[in-house]
Amino acid sequence: MFFDPANYKHPAFKEGMRDISSVAPGIWAWGLMTGVAMVQSGLSVEVATAMTLLVYAGSSQLAVTPMLAAGAPFWVVLATAFCVNLRFVVFSMHLRHYLLAWPRWQRLCVGYITADMSYVMFTRRFPQPADDAAGQRAEMAYLSGNSFLNWIGWQISSLVGVFMASQIPIHWGLGFAGVLALVGVMCSLSDTRLRRVSAGVAGAAAVAAFALPLKLNIVVAIAAAVAMCLLLERSPLAGEERR
Amino acid sequence: MADVWIYLTVAALGAVTVITRCFFFIFERELPFPAWADRGLRYAPIAALSAVIIPEIVMRHGALITDWRDGRIFGAAAGAAFYFWRRGQGQAVLGTIVVGMAVYLPLHMGLGW
Repeated sequence: MFFDPANYKHPAFKEGMRDISSVAPGIWAWGLMTGVAMVQSGLSVEVATAMTLLVYAGSSQLAVTPMLAAGAPFWVVLATAFCVNLRFVVFSMHLRHYLLAWPRWQRLCVGYITADMSYVMFTRRFPQPADDAAGQRAEMAYLSGNSFLNWIGWQISSLVGVFMASQIPIHWGLGFAGVLALVGVMCSLSDTRLRRVSAGVAGAAAVAAFALPLKLNIVVAIAAAVAMCLLLERSPLAGEERR
Repeated sequence: MADVWIYLTVAALGAVTVITRCFFFIFERELPFPAWADRGLRYAPIAALSAVIIPEIVMRHGALITDWRDGRIFGAAAGAAFYFWRRGQGQAVLGTIVVGMAVYLPLHMGLGW
């Protein structure tokens, strides 16, 4: 975790912070817009603040905001958030190989603040889980630094959005900076042929399955892309991807 | 919904975040993952990003856009072009955001695209 000196004094901690800082404007814009949207959809400033500080998951916050404002039943709200967050369940399957060496409370702390961007940057920086203590410390330090700075940036910008909701012009389209940050990170991942196939299939499937409720189109798209890549792995075109 | 309930719901939503983000490493118990599932995870990060952003770029009000005059397409294309022009070196991702917004904002606010 970021408050452990063994992590924040490790050089990989700074490296993680440096990597996430390259997408900082995107995170700020997105956090800001999420804060504004929660208040404009009818949540009180107090509830929106609690949401920002506790929930820390932009897409599920936006999905449940109208439900909370309309007084939807407790379990329906939770089930919605769970479905919108299903992609994190897939990520956790991946992160399991890296984190299992650590005590549970450390896993839960760092897992809680590891959002999309930190997961993607972490697995790009460490394609294979380390099997020695020094390597595992470097992984933990990197992930802690990366997700910590992401968390701080998101919290500050989101709270600014909550408290200044009426003064921020949402129609300018500043939120598009968040999409562009993900475009940049996606480009940085597209270094093999099969990864580019994965991006293409997932993008097309997400559009085709858009009508599904609860953002399930994203989960369907991940499944379709992974299945397609596993099938193509055996083809001679896959080349560099085979081991 | 009463005041207490809404805060209780928000706290429970925080728990949902922890449970979903940590789902497969809450418990240490051995999980029988087939080898293909582990291999397949290599393609998951880019798939997730693409699934999140492509609809944000090419759809409006839940439908595929039919009009090419849309600032988002040009902004995203300019950002990606910048990234590959710089071959991902230095602050290429930051440049993607800056260049993309520099193309998007005038089109969006000036021309209403």
